[in-house]
Amino acid sequence: MAAAVRVEELLAAAAPGEREAPRSVAVEKELELEFDLGNLLALDPNPPPAAGLRGAGPRREAALRALARDNAQLLVAQLWALPAERAGGAAGPLVASLPEPSCRLPREKPPPKPRPPTRWEQFARLKGIRRRKRTSLVWDEQAKEWRRRWGYRRAGGDPARSWLLEVPAGADPEEDQFAKKRQEKRERVARNEFNRLRNLARAHRASTAIPAPPLHPTGHQSRQELGLAARVARVSTASLGRFQPRLPKEPVELPPRGRCSKKRRFEPVLGDLAAERGRQLELLKAMNSKKPALDITRAVNKQLREEDAEAAAAKGKKQKQRGKRGRRQQQRPARGGRKSGARRQQRPAGGNITGGKRKKA
Amino acid sequence: MRPLTEAETRAVFEKLGRYIGENIQLLVERPDGTYCFRLHRDRVYYVSEKLLKGAASIPRGSLVALGTCFGKFTKTQKFRLNVTALDFLAPYAKYKVWVKPGSEQSFLYGNHVLKSGLGRITENTAQYQGVVVYSMADVPLGFGVAAKSTQDCRKVDPMAIVVFHQADVGEYVRSEDTLT
Repeated sequence: MAAAVRVEELLAAAAPGEREAPRSVAVEKELELEFDLGNLLALDPNPPPAAGLRGAGPRREAALRALARDNAQLLVAQLWALPAERAGGAAGPLVASLPEPSCRLPREKPPPKPRPPTRWEQFARLKGIRRRKRTSLVWDEQAKEWRRRWGYRRAGGDPARSWLLEVPAGADPEEDQFAKKRQEKRERVARNEFNRLRNLARAHRASTAIPAPPLHPTGHQSRQELGLAARVARVSTASLGRFQPRLPKEPVELPPRGRCSKKRRFEPVLGDLAAERGRQLELLKAMNSKKPALDITRAVNKQLREEDAEAAAAKGKKQKQRGKRGRRQQQRPARGGRKSGARRQQRPAGGNITGGKRKKA
Repeated sequence: MRPLTEAETRAVFEKLGRYIGENIQLLVERPDGTYCFRLHRDRVYYVSEKLLKGAASIPRGSLVALGTCFGKFTKTQKFRLNVTALDFLAPYAKYKVWVKPGSEQSFLYGNHVLKSGLGRITENTAQYQGVVVYSMADVPLGFGVAAKSTQDCRKVDPMAIVVFHQADVGEYVRSEDTLT
């Protein structure tokens, strides 16, 4: 009995709260809401109640919650108005089919970038070569049906799978034409793959090429970029930064090579002539020291000359022994008896000199 | 007028060394006085100190030449020897070629020396070695480059070129206005 009383008391105590809590399914709005049921979207054009939303705190939170609840209620009411049916028989869940969404949502990710053109595409564009559209299916007369132009079961039979091959004129009859064809195919495939990879590499390089860092201030500049900007700013004056005061701890930097290089200076015309001579002698010494110790051509020539001289000397000795020297000269006066005599008179004293024509003895 | 820079000195010495070898030292260090190389209007002059001091007082635009012109720098900074350098090449030349009297004239007109005109040649001359050309009376006529080594000279036919012409004293007449 006591428990029952307590339950009733509880119910009585709870009743006034419950009576307040259930809110109406019907929501009053001054302006109608706009619905996009495909996206489950409701747009409330009514101005929000200014009093409730001002300032932070529980009251504002409650007001927002109430507003959201009302609008959700209206949206759900619209959903209920849609034609619905039971999914799996009479006991299944109720399923309503949503209409097409009317609001276009922006896409989540940026659109994909166009693929960089391959080398062939660049070339074709340069030359104005356009791709000719061809049907992929062609009529095969033998098979009497439409077949692919290329690839598996292509029209006219695959030449790579032919059972007979003609030996071309002038080819080695022992050569295996089938193997040759296979080899060529393998090479073509390899070359295509290589070119494909090369195109990929080029595209990658082009996409990751590092542009010059911006000099103007951006959000995040690294230490190097800031340093570069400071350096450029320093020399960007009318006097190329010559009179620019330095900051207390700014490092002294040498001017970059190339842009403002040192002015060319020459030695004075009438300077220290002895020092100039010394420099030139030093240079000569350095130049001579670089010469190879043994010049092969010279050595070979010297050797040949010595052999020639030895041979000539031996021959001359033999002739002297035989005592035929005088007779030989008599026999051949045209060989230059008079001429050689004249030349011998003209020739100045010199050890390493030889005649243009070789003279024996 | 200015002294040569190191690169220019090197170019000049390398070219001179083809004809006179290590004897350049004798040109640089002379017992009879101080001589030096000076560059004026892309030309290299070999001047005594006394002459240099006199020439230093002449404005650059008015100075035509001084001392002995050895040659000039091309616009690509290569050095070319002039025939005016012959006076200093001839006494120190390491490799010489004597031309027969019959073909002296041909050489002095700017032609190459053929085998038929070759009187004598220094032993051991390598191919493309710089040589000084003399007449048979030992008068220096010019200089050039050996087209054939001494060994090859004996075998080639008479019309083959033996020495490539580079400069000859005939230029004093032929190109008088450009020689300074």
